[in-house]
Amino acid sequence: MFSSFMTNAWIVGTVVSLLAGATGFFVVMRGSSFAAHAIPNGAFAGAAGAALVGVTPLAGLITFAVVSSVGIGASRRHRGDVATALALVMMLALGAAFLSLSGAYEPQVEALLFGQILGVATTSIVPVVVIASLCALALAVMYRPLLFNAAAPDLAAVKGLNPQLLEMGFMLTLALGAALTVPVVGALLTFSLTVGPPAAARLVTRRPGSALVASMALSAITLWVSIAASYQSNLPVGFFVGTSSALVYVLARILTRWRGRRA
Amino acid sequence: MHWLFEPGIWSNPAVRTGVGVGMVVAVVSALVGLFTVMRSQSFAGHALADVATAGGAGAGVFGFSPLAGFVVGSLAGASAMEAIGVERVRQRDVATGVVLGGATGLSALFLYLITLNTSNAGSTQSILFGSLFSVSNSSFLVITVVSVAVCLALAALGRPLLFASVSPDAARARGVAVRRVALGYTLLMAVTVGLSAVVIGSVLSTALLIGPPAAALRLGRRLGATLALAAALGVGAVGFGVVASYDSFYWWPSHRALPVSFCVVTLVVVEVVTANVVARVWARRGANARA
Repeated sequence: MFSSFMTNAWIVGTVVSLLAGATGFFVVMRGSSFAAHAIPNGAFAGAAGAALVGVTPLAGLITFAVVSSVGIGASRRHRGDVATALALVMMLALGAAFLSLSGAYEPQVEALLFGQILGVATTSIVPVVVIASLCALALAVMYRPLLFNAAAPDLAAVKGLNPQLLEMGFMLTLALGAALTVPVVGALLTFSLTVGPPAAARLVTRRPGSALVASMALSAITLWVSIAASYQSNLPVGFFVGTSSALVYVLARILTRWRGRRA
Repeated sequence: MHWLFEPGIWSNPAVRTGVGVGMVVAVVSALVGLFTVMRSQSFAGHALADVATAGGAGAGVFGFSPLAGFVVGSLAGASAMEAIGVERVRQRDVATGVVLGGATGLSALFLYLITLNTSNAGSTQSILFGSLFSVSNSSFLVITVVSVAVCLALAALGRPLLFASVSPDAARARGVAVRRVALGYTLLMAVTVGLSAVVIGSVLSTALLIGPPAAALRLGRRLGATLALAAALGVGAVGFGVVASYDSFYWWPSHRALPVSFCVVTLVVVEVVTANVVARVWARRGANARA
């Protein structure tokens, strides 16, 4: 399990899950789950397009994730959920079209959608770490404004906080994070990691700082367990990521109910 | 018309069945979806689509028909979402997300198990992104019967549903069982998503559910006209989508056709964008006329 060809998976997996836990904390707090679900699908179209044109996947992933996040961020005022839903299906359909034009075979499609830990190349470690650090830095800068805006949007606006700018910044960070996560756990399951563990963390603790840390920890544990289980069972990593993220949330629900009954 | 309809399109039985199924499903999706848009339940509608994926993939593993898998999966997802908690909007968002994420994990497993069985090559794409031309005549009949049943149920639910969608508080005050209406509607939406998954694939079925109604709501004023417009837009997107997909085989030398679902989804998005532009122009003209 810890042999040399798995090292890349462990390193990139850890970086990606910590980042997903951190962004997911804000996703759950701001109630932007739908956007967090849509953006990785944009990244999917990007990876498929990159395969068709023949450029490096990361370029396609980042371009499309950023474009879809800007689109969603800009159109959130009027019936935002419809715009998000349509952007999402359009991106998925585009990805499907790219894949059938390039004549991709089944395992490639599945790897993009449901993840492929063994596909992590050594050359991708440096870009992943660099981009993830940038995202972490951006989140650290936006930490207070995001909390303020989520807790008291009106007051935040009065204090001179530009909510649209903040939304855009957050969406861009989400997009960069998704572009890194999609190749590892897949376009359809990046979202599981971004919402399950953070939602569980929020149930367990009320204080924002400790919820953020708990969210990152739970997310990392979820991915580690998934990689290990996938390695042992030879089943796709996405299956374990999806089900264990949901399981973490259900356990947290049970825990809070049990604590509530005792108190 | 030769430039539009490539030779042989109407003599192909698979295309004829596909077009028939697509039209029926487009109408039902548009009628049911109108309320999805009015009630801002797009995320729930999409989550049902993802749960339907797990159902369709599971059906593939155990050898049932994909239609049954889509519908049963989607109904199970609707029940799970209702069970986890819908008291507060914020919590509903998270509950929807968790159910969706878990179900996607199951899809990953089922689709992988299908690919182990090499005789089913291409099933991932056909489940996720649709395979309209492989719908059999017998499932056409089943789809039509289910669609009619959904329309009848929607008509029965009609007035209270409309009331509860427009102003839930007033409806509650007038004695409408808002909670029960919501549950009934979610189940109807689940069946519709299952039907739509047959046409354009499970992960894309939201497009037919949300797109045509959203466009129609921008343009229509009265309920009847809006419903009719939504149905017409849905049928148009499916019809022209099928034709475009068929024709695209001849567009480039590689002879790789564009998927039907891609063409349908693109047309739906074009409809919504056009409707937005038209509505904006109308609003400006109305403002000028008043001034």
